[in-house]
Amino acid sequence: MRTVPTATTGRIHSWDLSTGVDGPGTRFVLFVNGCPLRCLYCANPDTWHMRDGQEATVDEVMAEIEKYRAFITTAGGGVTLTGGEPLLQSAFTGEILRRCKEAGLHTALDTSGFLGTRATDQLLADTDLVLLDIKSFDVTTYRKLTGGELAPTLTFATRLDRLGIPMWIRYVLVPGWTDDAESVDALAGFVAGLGTVDRVDVLPFHRLGAAKYAALGVPFRLRDNPVPAPEPTERVRDQFRAHGLSAY
Amino acid sequence: MTTTAVAGTRASEAWRGFAGTPWRERVDVRDFIQANYTPYEGDATFLTGPTDRTRAVWGKVSALFPEERRKGILDVDATTPSTITSHAPGYIDRERELIVGLQTDAPLKRAIMPNGGLRMVENSLKAYGYEPDPFVTRVFGTYRKTHNDGVFDAYTPEMRAARKAGIITGLPDAYGRGRIIGDYRRVALYGTDRLIEAKKAERALLDACASSTEVIRDREELAEQTRALGELTRMATTYGCDVSRPAATAHEAVQWLYLGYLAAVKEQNGAAMSLGRTSTFLDVYLQRDLNEGVLDESGAQELIDDFVIKLRIVRFLRTPEYDALFSGDPTWVTESIGGMGEDGRTLVTRTSFRFLQTLYNLGPAPEPNLTVLWSPQLPFAFREFCAQVSIDTSAVQYESDELLRPCTGDDTAIACCVSAMRVGRQMQFFGARVNLAKALLYAVNGGRDEMTGEQIASPTPALTGEYLDYDELSAAYDHVLDWLARTYVNALNVIHHMHDKYAYERIEMALHDYPVHRFMACGIAGLSVAADSLSAVKYARVKVFRDATGLAVDFRTEGDFPAYGNNDDRADSIAVGLVESFMAKVRQYPTHRGAEHTQSVLTITSNVVYGKHTGNTPDGRLAGAPFAPGANPMNGRDRHGVAASALSVAKLPYEQARDGISLTTTITPEGLGHAPDERAGHLVGILDAYTSAGGFHMNVNVLDRATLEDAMQHPDAYPDLTIRVSGYAVNFVRLTREQQLDVISRTFHGSL
Repeated sequence: MRTVPTATTGRIHSWDLSTGVDGPGTRFVLFVNGCPLRCLYCANPDTWHMRDGQEATVDEVMAEIEKYRAFITTAGGGVTLTGGEPLLQSAFTGEILRRCKEAGLHTALDTSGFLGTRATDQLLADTDLVLLDIKSFDVTTYRKLTGGELAPTLTFATRLDRLGIPMWIRYVLVPGWTDDAESVDALAGFVAGLGTVDRVDVLPFHRLGAAKYAALGVPFRLRDNPVPAPEPTERVRDQFRAHGLSAY
Repeated sequence: MTTTAVAGTRASEAWRGFAGTPWRERVDVRDFIQANYTPYEGDATFLTGPTDRTRAVWGKVSALFPEERRKGILDVDATTPSTITSHAPGYIDRERELIVGLQTDAPLKRAIMPNGGLRMVENSLKAYGYEPDPFVTRVFGTYRKTHNDGVFDAYTPEMRAARKAGIITGLPDAYGRGRIIGDYRRVALYGTDRLIEAKKAERALLDACASSTEVIRDREELAEQTRALGELTRMATTYGCDVSRPAATAHEAVQWLYLGYLAAVKEQNGAAMSLGRTSTFLDVYLQRDLNEGVLDESGAQELIDDFVIKLRIVRFLRTPEYDALFSGDPTWVTESIGGMGEDGRTLVTRTSFRFLQTLYNLGPAPEPNLTVLWSPQLPFAFREFCAQVSIDTSAVQYESDELLRPCTGDDTAIACCVSAMRVGRQMQFFGARVNLAKALLYAVNGGRDEMTGEQIASPTPALTGEYLDYDELSAAYDHVLDWLARTYVNALNVIHHMHDKYAYERIEMALHDYPVHRFMACGIAGLSVAADSLSAVKYARVKVFRDATGLAVDFRTEGDFPAYGNNDDRADSIAVGLVESFMAKVRQYPTHRGAEHTQSVLTITSNVVYGKHTGNTPDGRLAGAPFAPGANPMNGRDRHGVAASALSVAKLPYEQARDGISLTTTITPEGLGHAPDERAGHLVGILDAYTSAGGFHMNVNVLDRATLEDAMQHPDAYPDLTIRVSGYAVNFVRLTREQQLDVISRTFHGSL
């Protein structure tokens, strides 16, 4: 029997500690299970379904985080919720964010924004930084790449801007899919119009998730897609920079 | 009277402008530093690059490295047993060198030191295609007993068996024990005349004592120390330096200090011949010359660069077997940099930066073993510079100044990798280590060796159940560890008795106070294998497979168990318990000359060899597979990233492992952050957090797996590729293939 996520219980994949890739400093990164999108390049297909996760209570998660509180605070980090799509279990996610804020920890939410409407104002008030993954700025490409719609993400971005919540935009560069110069330029123009974007991370597509697909018996449709070369990656970063954004 | 007056004049000239009094009245370098150094809180922008002269000298000597790497050694003087004065002066480039002095008459030409053991010398020579000299063989085979001979006269059959089985390993019974740091700064500050006077005064204190064995030995040693200082003076004269008087300039201070160190490496082939804590001392002299306008920054950097060139080419003649244990021809010329003073001022000076800058000016290199004594209180600009140097070179190690300072004060230096001592006041008897993983198998097998079936430990009932029982195993393990601690400490006492007798470190001990405080530095290897094995037995079910003689030779684990290295107390507390209990057992046995017991959790590269000699273990590790190095979690079992793994290691109590706890981390550049210009700041954060959590030591490698794999294929393209391996740095291309594979197979944090 499947447990319905509540404010006190959720389904998680794992946790990890990472540095400088999931928000500032060294961070406790919680991967929650379940995602409404099916991005072709997804590196974590094992987080797609909530049923694949293990049940965990907020108290259990907080107890684990507590073991790292001094470390991540000294190292200038915090806690990042990612997945999967953490807004799929928005009550659980919101409760962890709240408890982290109470504990004085810096909080970050890594989301596609597709379920942005599920984020309450209170949840966002407990979020210091949103890592907003904009998969593509072309409606058709977005649909083909993710199986979902672009509009909710853009609506969510403008809402974050209005609420004054800092954002890091993440853009996965997939040759043949998201490297079209015009589309990148249009995205950069949109992002530059948001007042709370601190930076743009251009993340080169990689195939390191291939083994997970094989283990799950799910086809990895971008298995033979090339990874981007350094020069075009830098070109895309420059396109963002040309709009006055910091891009890495 | 005349002599005193001359000495007085010399001192007043040499000590012009220096403040403070106590250090003038007694030999006390720390007091001198405290009264005179200039803390530096600024950034690295003042540093200068290499001069043409530096490039020329370094170019000339580094041109010899490829041939040395190819042949194993470049050259050796097989006929002249090395002493402080044995060899004529040698030079790299006499016209250009600022700091002079070589171990023999030519760069990279090695010397023989048969006092430690004749067989070691002969085997080394044969291994590299040289014939042992008949005269040397006659003298040390017939007339002059060696340390090695002495040890084997006094070893018991039990000690020999334990050594042969590899449960006690790496013992310095055939080579120099090393890990003694002479206070080479004393030569610069006082000159040898004053030091000889002080030694004579120490010796005179013993005149009224009854001539007990101890007192006679001390008198003889002090006489030898005094004699060695005289030899240092004569050796320096051959290089045109009068070290009988104090150094009067920065150039002389660096030169005098180096000549003191050179005397030590001419006299002793110690496993680790560490330098001490010299940068802030030298900064006083460099700063005075800068203030007087006789030196500029480029000139100051040049002196340090030239000094470091000399430290990079210290060489010893060693056997290929030794190399398998400690790969990459290490000498552990460890220099301790930074730290905070007891009065709250930082001990970072401009010269702390200058030493690190040599890794840019001369390129990355494993020696000298640059060791930063880290504290979150260090000036931020210095911490950030260190982190950047680590990211660029992977050639720096870090030790917690917050743990060191309360124990050994703010003039602590590291010998070898992680062994702390007060410079000139404390020394240690190096004790290598015991194999805790093998000991666990002995517990299962009633003291029989799992590889040979021979009875090594005193017999106990073997465990006979189909599955291992935690309580039964723990009790049996406790018995084996009792036996091990007793055999181990007693073997070390034999070794150090004989080393003192036949291969005494005359010049190094001349640069210590009398009486000196001694440590007996025991050590443990295989901690993570033992801890995980116990965790498997406790939290999963471990089935035993036995051969026809009843010897347990394999295990199968059913179910999951928590592994050390994931910040999980269930497993980490087992590792902590092992450290505490073995230390307590070691402390029960009296030591040679009343040395204070300590232990390290350190393997250097020997984790590969220990693994090779250890059978299948209950944690699922296969027979022959390498252990994790030092206190590291087992390869691949730390699943939550570098911070979780570091926090597990930080739980090991330093007070029960005062000889150091070593952690080696390898992080990909991306693992320190997506944005390159943020990585140094992130590494500072990790080091601050690890230190604050009670972590003692961290080797930091910032490397891609692909780089290492490429270097294995194309070694000539990576002559300078330096990596940190459990407490020291090596040229990656000089590791054995097995060790290269071990390094690559270790967890790369952040590789996704």
